[in-house]
Amino acid sequence: MIEVHNLSKTYTGNTVLNIDHLEIQKGKSFGLVGNNGAGKTTLFSALLDLIQPTTGHIENNGIKVNLSEDWKSITSAFIDETFLIGYLTAEEYFYFIGELRGQNKADVDALLAQFEDFFHGEILGQRKYLRDLSKGNQKKVGIVAALIGKPEVIILDEPFANLDPTTQIRLKKIIKELSADPDITVLVSSHDLMHVTEVCERIVVLDKGEVVKDIATSEETLKELEEHFNK
Amino acid sequence: MFKYFITLQWKSFWRSASMTSGLFMKLFMAFWAFWLLGLSALGGIGAFTVIEEKLELDPLDTINRFLIYWWVGDLLFRYALQKMPVINIKPLLLLPFNKKKIVSFAFGKTAFSFFNVIHAFFFIPFSITMIANDYPVANVLLWNLGLIALVYGNNFLNIILNKKDNLIFIIGGVIAVLGGLHYFGYFDITVYTAPFFQALYNSWAVTLIPVIITILLIVFSFRSFVKDLYLDAGLAKQSKNIKTENLDWLDRFGKTATFLKNDIKLIKRNKRARSTVMVSVLFLFYGLLFFTGSVEAYDGPVWKIFAAIFVTGGFLLSFGQFVPSWDSSYYPLMMSQNIKYKEYLSSKWWLMVIATLISTVLASGYLYFGWDVYLAIIVASIYNIGVNSHVVLWAGAYVKTPIDLTSNKKAFGDKQAFNTKTLMLSLPKMVLPMILYAIGHYTYSPYAGYALVTVAGLAGFAFRDKVFDIIEKIYKTEKYKTISAYKQKK
Repeated sequence: MIEVHNLSKTYTGNTVLNIDHLEIQKGKSFGLVGNNGAGKTTLFSALLDLIQPTTGHIENNGIKVNLSEDWKSITSAFIDETFLIGYLTAEEYFYFIGELRGQNKADVDALLAQFEDFFHGEILGQRKYLRDLSKGNQKKVGIVAALIGKPEVIILDEPFANLDPTTQIRLKKIIKELSADPDITVLVSSHDLMHVTEVCERIVVLDKGEVVKDIATSEETLKELEEHFNK
Repeated sequence: MFKYFITLQWKSFWRSASMTSGLFMKLFMAFWAFWLLGLSALGGIGAFTVIEEKLELDPLDTINRFLIYWWVGDLLFRYALQKMPVINIKPLLLLPFNKKKIVSFAFGKTAFSFFNVIHAFFFIPFSITMIANDYPVANVLLWNLGLIALVYGNNFLNIILNKKDNLIFIIGGVIAVLGGLHYFGYFDITVYTAPFFQALYNSWAVTLIPVIITILLIVFSFRSFVKDLYLDAGLAKQSKNIKTENLDWLDRFGKTATFLKNDIKLIKRNKRARSTVMVSVLFLFYGLLFFTGSVEAYDGPVWKIFAAIFVTGGFLLSFGQFVPSWDSSYYPLMMSQNIKYKEYLSSKWWLMVIATLISTVLASGYLYFGWDVYLAIIVASIYNIGVNSHVVLWAGAYVKTPIDLTSNKKAFGDKQAFNTKTLMLSLPKMVLPMILYAIGHYTYSPYAGYALVTVAGLAGFAFRDKVFDIIEKIYKTEKYKTISAYKQKK
C-alpha cells in the first residue's frame, strides 16, 4: 500500500530522516515507535506531502504523493491540533470533513453514532468551539474525523497521548477493529510501547531517522522493545 | 534583567516568519517607511511656509486650531493600527521576574513605537522653522513638551481603550459629527480647543496638565496590567455558549459551498476576521473626503477612481490580502484533504465579490453627489471584482504571516487585524486604475477614462480561470514554505 523509497530529510545539514526502503502492506496495522526526534512525525508529514523530502519519494497506493493528489481521497490523518478548525463546533467540523470527503450528513451521523461510547458525552452537542475543548477531547474529535469517508489509509500520530485511561482502552478497540478490515491500513505512532504492541501487527523502531528494528508483533515484542529502549 | 527581555524581543523579531520573507519585500517596506518619514518632514517645513505665505495666517494659530483633530485622529489611527506590545507573558510568569518588570518592559517597548516617533518628523522641522522665524525658543520647547505629553498620553490611552471594543466607534462617530458640523459651519469645536493648544505655548502651568494626565494614565494602565497578569484574568480566554449552524441555503453554490459555509463562520466567529468587516464599513465613508470636495488636494478627477476603489473594495482589500493566512491555524488539514485549490480559491473569491457588490449597493448614497460620482463607484467596483480580486489573492499567496484568529487570548496580543503592511501592499492596486483613468480622461474625455477602467475590469473576468491557474501554481510551489511558516506562532 505504502512504499518508501530512499527517503531522507535534512534540515541545514542535520539528517532527521533516512529510510532506504520501507513497505507497508495493505490491510495491516503499522506501529511506529521511537524517542523524541526519531523522525516519526517527519515520516508521517512526508507521507502526507506536508514537507518536502530531501531525497527519495513515497508512494501511496502506487501514487507518488508529491506528484499527484489522488492519494488524498483514500487517506486521512490526525497529526496534531493543526488538523482541527478551532472556530467550529464538533458537529460542524465533522460535517465539513464529511463534505470534503463526499459524505452527506446522514452518512456522518451514522458514523458518529458508532462512537458514542468513545465520545463519552463530551463532544456532541457541547455548545463549545473546538478551540475551547480540552486537549483530550480535541484529540477524540480529530481521531474520529480521520475515520470519516471510508479512508483506506489512516494515519494517527500519538493518538494515545492526552487521553484518559478509559478512552485509551476504547481507542485500542477501535484501532483493532479497523485493522481487522482487510481494506484499511492503519499507521500509528506512539511513545507507549504497551499500547502500540497491543494494537499493531507490525512495529518499526526509528532511531535518529533510521529504521533500527522491524518486528512482526508477537508475545515477546514488548519485552524486546523494552530492552531496546533500556540500552 | 531587562537585558533578557531585550534579547528575547530581538530574537523574536529576527526569527519571525515575516522577516524571512524575500529581500524585495524588505526593500519595499523600507522604501515606504522612508517615504512616509520624508513626507512628514517635508510637511513640517512646508506647512509653516504655506500657511504663512500663501494663506497669510499665523502658522502657530492655524496649527493649534487643527491640533484637536490631529490628537483624535492619532488616537483612532493607533487604535486601528498600533499593535499592543507583544511578549510571551505566560512562560515568564513563573520565572523569578517581578511582574512589574514584565509590564514595564512591555510599556517601555511601546515608547519607541513608530506611532510615537512619526510625530517628531513633522513637529521637529516645524519647530525649527518656527525658531528660525524668531519665535521664542523657550515657548516653542514648552509647546513641544505639551505635544509630546499628548502623544504619549494617546499611547497609553490606547492601551487602556484597546481592551474595550466598540468604544472607539463611539469616539469616531462623535468626531465625524463634530467634523461635519465644523465643515458645514454649524459649530466649530476648534474655537474652544485652539486656546488650549495656544496655552501650551504660552504657559508652563497649562503644559503641566497634559504631562500630569499622561503620568496618571501610565500609572493607571500599569496598575491595571499588573493586576490582570493572571491566567484567569487578563491572560484568560473567554468561552461562551454557542450554537451549531447549518447554513444549508449556501449549498446552491455547489462544491464551493463547503468552503463558503466555513468562511462565513470564520468571519462571524473570530474577532480578527470580524474587524475586516468593520474596516470595509468604515471605507464606505471614505469617499466623503473626496466627493464632498472638502479636501482640496483630492479634487483632481483621478482621485475619484482612487476613492471609489476603496469605497467598494474595503473588504476585498483587507480580507483578500490574507487569503491563505486566514486558514493558517489549520493549514496542514487543508493540505492533506482532497481539496481542489480552485474550489477553495473560488469560495474566497465569491466572498469578496459578494462583499464588493453589497458595498456598491450601499454606496448608492453617493448618488447624492451626482450620477458621475456613482458611475465612478460602479466602474471601480467592476475593476475591483475583475482585477483587484485576483491581484489580492495573488499577493496573498506570498504572505506567510500566520494569523491568530483568537487574538483576544493574550492581553498583550495584537488586537487589530488591519496592519501597516497590508495598507502598503494595497497601494499598487490603486495606482493602475488611476493611470488608466488618467489616460482616458486627459486624452479624450472622462467617459473614455471610465471605459478604459471598465475594460480592464472586464478583461480581468475573462482571464479569471487563467489567473486562478497561476495562483494555484504559486500555492503549490509555495506549499511547503507556507506550511512551515504557519507553524511559527507569534
